[in-house]
Amino acid sequence: MSAFLVQHPLLVVSLIKVAVLMFLMMTALAYLTWFERKVVAHIQSRWGPYRAGPHGLLQPLADGLKFLFKEGVTPEGADKFVYYLAPFLSMSLALTAIALIPFGPKDISILGHRTPLSIADLNIGLLFLFAITSLSVYGVALAGWSSNSKYPLLGALRSSAQMVSYELSLTMSVVGVLLLAGSFNLREIIAAQYDPRWGFLRWNLFALPMPQVVGFLCFFTAAVAETNRLPFDLPEAESELVAGFHTEYSSFKFAMFFLGEYASMVTVSCLATILFFGGWLSPFAETPIFAWTRFLPAALLGVAGLWLLQDGLRHQKRLARVVLSMLGLMLGGVAYLITRPGVLDFVQGPFWFLAKVFAFLFIYVWVRGTLPRFRYDQLMAVGWKLLLPVSLANVLLTSFAILVARR
Amino acid sequence: MTVQLVIFFLLAGVAVAGALSLILQRHPIHSALSLVVVMMALAGLYLLQGAEFIAAVQIIVYAGAIMVLFVFVIMLLNAGEEERTNLSRMARYVGLPLGTFLLLQLVFWIRRAPAPAAALSAGPAPTRKLAMMLFQDFVFPFELTSILILIAILGALVLAKRES
Amino acid sequence: MVPVSYYLVLSAILFGLGVLGFVFKRNIITIFMAIELMLNGVNLAFVSFSRALGQLQGQVFVFFVIVVAAAEAAVGLAIIILIARNRQSLNVERVNLLKL
Repeated sequence: MSAFLVQHPLLVVSLIKVAVLMFLMMTALAYLTWFERKVVAHIQSRWGPYRAGPHGLLQPLADGLKFLFKEGVTPEGADKFVYYLAPFLSMSLALTAIALIPFGPKDISILGHRTPLSIADLNIGLLFLFAITSLSVYGVALAGWSSNSKYPLLGALRSSAQMVSYELSLTMSVVGVLLLAGSFNLREIIAAQYDPRWGFLRWNLFALPMPQVVGFLCFFTAAVAETNRLPFDLPEAESELVAGFHTEYSSFKFAMFFLGEYASMVTVSCLATILFFGGWLSPFAETPIFAWTRFLPAALLGVAGLWLLQDGLRHQKRLARVVLSMLGLMLGGVAYLITRPGVLDFVQGPFWFLAKVFAFLFIYVWVRGTLPRFRYDQLMAVGWKLLLPVSLANVLLTSFAILVARR
Repeated sequence: MTVQLVIFFLLAGVAVAGALSLILQRHPIHSALSLVVVMMALAGLYLLQGAEFIAAVQIIVYAGAIMVLFVFVIMLLNAGEEERTNLSRMARYVGLPLGTFLLLQLVFWIRRAPAPAAALSAGPAPTRKLAMMLFQDFVFPFELTSILILIAILGALVLAKRES
Repeated sequence: MVPVSYYLVLSAILFGLGVLGFVFKRNIITIFMAIELMLNGVNLAFVSFSRALGQLQGQVFVFFVIVVAAAEAAVGLAIIILIARNRQSLNVERVNLLKL
């Protein structure tokens, strides 16, 4: 057994990467729920969770424990196999998509073996991501059908029809980017947006011969509809269909649906940064004037550490004071470590990537807290009559512009 | 036993198990899910042979759109389990043996056929070459299939509309 | 390297199982799914030959087969919905008279 492992180091390294990424993803998803609740609350002039731990930071832990210990009620007459399969399918597909996303340009060495910062680097990476997106319709449709109840069935039918319709505009809006980059490989798409002189002006959003602004807007709208988020979440809205396709699900199975939805939000944000906003590229040009921008990650982390320190020291409870100030000091230590020359180069790529993904997640939550819900017929009309023709027109214009520019 | 052979037998086993489950299950939704499993196994086999674009198209179009359509229709029509009637005597004593005999014949003669002379191309097929062939040599069938899809859309719309 | 005959044997098995399902099942939708299984078996044979002979025409043909299967599934399922509405049953043995 150990001889097999020694001969196939790629397998061991991949397993380690998968384990680390899974752990980081699950923590990030749990705190994404906290982030959403806090931001939506502040938009609505209230505080959100603030009792479970300082600033409500232990709320995801409390929610997780609640979901684990709650009684799971199975409706009578439900198809047992499909009923248990649906949430599992939904969550596993959403998490599989994260395996294809590259987080940074440089290789790291695990156990002495150099390996890039992504689990899989496929030549058809983008196409495979769309394949996973198109399979996620099954989780919704099967969940609604297997619950043996009319509200989930209606919600599932509406939701899966919505997802299938917006899938078309999603894939069409990306074709412009593919024409500009010439490859399905995500790393090559990012590399095609690299320009040391012009910085962010070479990103696909602004790239000549055809800036992909329309493509980006179509992509983001279609993605919000694909992940069933406001303003396109009629099939799971409380006032319309009880809770749509996950009405009859309780405890851990509901948590799996929830996590699957947030995981697909994260995937779509990562895709949007890779395709339109340059992935891990820094927005600043690499001229000597902007050399100080390489210390931005360290500066930001240092400021965050200081803020956390002073906020922790003023807290009422002693435990919170100790823990928060320790966290603040740790962040400060990490900020100092980042300025060391070896680590400085390595941190640039992942820092910009994560910053942009975080910005997109904030926009997701912002849109959720602000816009009202679409009615179902308005929703389908927007998908078929507005987004699809606009994305097709974008494809035509982009190919025409490329043809004229290459003449 | 190379890694490729192991993966092949794994995926082939899953495909055959899915196909058997398709014909042995009583409820059509279970048959539909088994067919999805078969398609995913076949996509894996296409990847194993280096046809990466076809594997992706198989998942996106076949498993992700056509089978969703099947699942929709089964949900809409509320198809229940099949009634458990026994096979007719003709089917049981003549049909099943003949069917399995056909299967065994196919397998036997394929195994005895000589292998093709040309060397097996090892690398993955570039999508660019496939696209060039599709839009240069096969552009006429390509446009024909787009008209075919348009006709299918119109036909399905006209057929499934309720009398108002 | 996996020899081509292995893939062809698997394709034959899938096709044969599709034929068995087509002949012996009674639900219209299941029969239709057995047809799709046969098409998939044939697709596998095409891709295997395309790799064995080193030409890409096999894969182009698979592309067309998938597209035509999509069109056929759409129209076929619309017809199935109509039959189910008219006869109130999905049993293919009830659809044996031209007149209702």
